[in-house]
Amino acid sequence: MDFKSCVNIRQEWDIVGARQLGREKAKELGFGTVDQARIATAISELARNIYLYAGTGKVRFEIVDQLDKKGLKIIAIDEGPGIRDVSQVMQDGYSTSGGLGAGLPGVKRLMDFFEIRTEWGEGTEIETIKWVR
Amino acid sequence: MESVALDLDNYRKLLKEYLLTHDETALYQAEQLSKLSVQHNVSPEEIIHVHIKALKELYPELPEEVNDSLNFLLEAMISYGLALQEYQHLREKQSALESEISVAANMQKTLLSTKKPEIPGLDIGAISVPANRMNGDYYHFIYDNDHTLGIALADVIGKGIPAALAMSMIKYSMDSFPEDLRQPSRILENLNRVVERNVDPSMFITMFYGLYNPKDQTFSYASAGHEPGFYYHKETDHYSEIEAKGLVLGATNNATYDQEVTQIEAGDCIILLTDGVTECHLGDRFIERDEVLDVIKRYMHLPAQEAVEHVYKHFERLQDFHLRDDFTLIIIRKDV
Ligand SMILES: Nc1ncnc2c1ncn2[C@@H]1O[C@H](COP(=O)(O)OP(=O)(O)OP(=O)(O)O)[C@@H](O)[C@H]1O
Ligand SMILES: [Mg+2]
Repeated sequence: MDFKSCVNIRQEWDIVGARQLGREKAKELGFGTVDQARIATAISELARNIYLYAGTGKVRFEIVDQLDKKGLKIIAIDEGPGIRDVSQVMQDGYSTSGGLGAGLPGVKRLMDFFEIRTEWGEGTEIETIKWVR
Repeated sequence: MESVALDLDNYRKLLKEYLLTHDETALYQAEQLSKLSVQHNVSPEEIIHVHIKALKELYPELPEEVNDSLNFLLEAMISYGLALQEYQHLREKQSALESEISVAANMQKTLLSTKKPEIPGLDIGAISVPANRMNGDYYHFIYDNDHTLGIALADVIGKGIPAALAMSMIKYSMDSFPEDLRQPSRILENLNRVVERNVDPSMFITMFYGLYNPKDQTFSYASAGHEPGFYYHKETDHYSEIEAKGLVLGATNNATYDQEVTQIEAGDCIILLTDGVTECHLGDRFIERDEVLDVIKRYMHLPAQEAVEHVYKHFERLQDFHLRDDFTLIIIRKDV
């Protein structure tokens, strides 16, 4: 894994760093502006959750190169409290901000692949991919 | 995002036309496009994206700042796009729920259906309309081989699905009582125990049970905290309240109910109702019981079924066709 593909999240400010790095990777891969904006938003949501609920963690980027498609994988990992009821959290309208759209269900919509692994008391790992169209 | 990819050529054409002519037609077409886009889940950021592209094709020399500012706008629209998708998703979910409730409501109708008996010498009218899809009111006629007529009328405080579920329980308990259990007070005492044992204490059920005996022309009844009905005395042309003391069902486990009895004469009427009738709202205020009676009186010259339907229609109109509570009204008239 190359050095510049991981951002540590410790302060709110690091969210911007993660967005920026993600956007650069997305550009390199040939994503259009709309998808770049979507990817950046997904990164924001994941990084903000780390900052708010786990305190610290990291967001890592990987380029996925398969025979028929290329994509950007974003992995958000923390060793925070974990999420007790994932299926509840993944329901629309659950997020504490109460606003429409955002939150983890939003991330799932913005991206093409979404997987969450979390253990109550141990941490959370969210892996998500967007394919270049 | 799928099907109708926003057609760039078309958009460019429209935009160009508008910039040249400032023609309302182009704006009208833009509106049509906007509508279609929403229908097909096209998010605002995609429209902005197409806009930027079209603009660049029309003006290759587009200043950098304009281009960048439009990209900025695109970024600012992302959440609206997500909100749109969530909205669509919730709509689908809602319609799934709706159809589930429909099925439940139909099932309830079948479960709680009661046949209005044809009894020589009695004219019976009954109507029960839920405020929402499922009814928390319930009435039932029990016409026996011995020609007595039992009339049960119950109201769960609260409406909707929990109320409807509680009603099914009342109905099935009554069905399971032994045939010779006919006395209103005894029926309520038994139901009280069932409710006390099975229903959450926060849920109250009021109930009226009446028994008409044609042999001695009496009407015996008992009430578990139910909205008092009215009795019409033909001879004196006077209405009085049908009162009976008793706690709502389920409040304590050994409640007892007083049983009253009246002689019923030709032309007399028994009017039973639930508080959905007396608690009709008129603007901000509840309608008074006197006013309810006035409305009922207005239609009392009609056959019983027509009368209850007219009364219902009257209150429905009065409340702008939005019932706040389930509405049940029964009129029983002893023919002359
Ligand atoms: N990394 C995490 N660690 C622990 N809990 C988390 C984490 N991410 C999310 N959660 C929990 O899941 C809930 C839902 O998160 P989500 O991002 O969907 O909405 P939100 O953060 O509450 O509101 P919004 O993101 O809309 O501002 C959070 O309230 C939080 O309790
Ligand atoms: Mg969040």
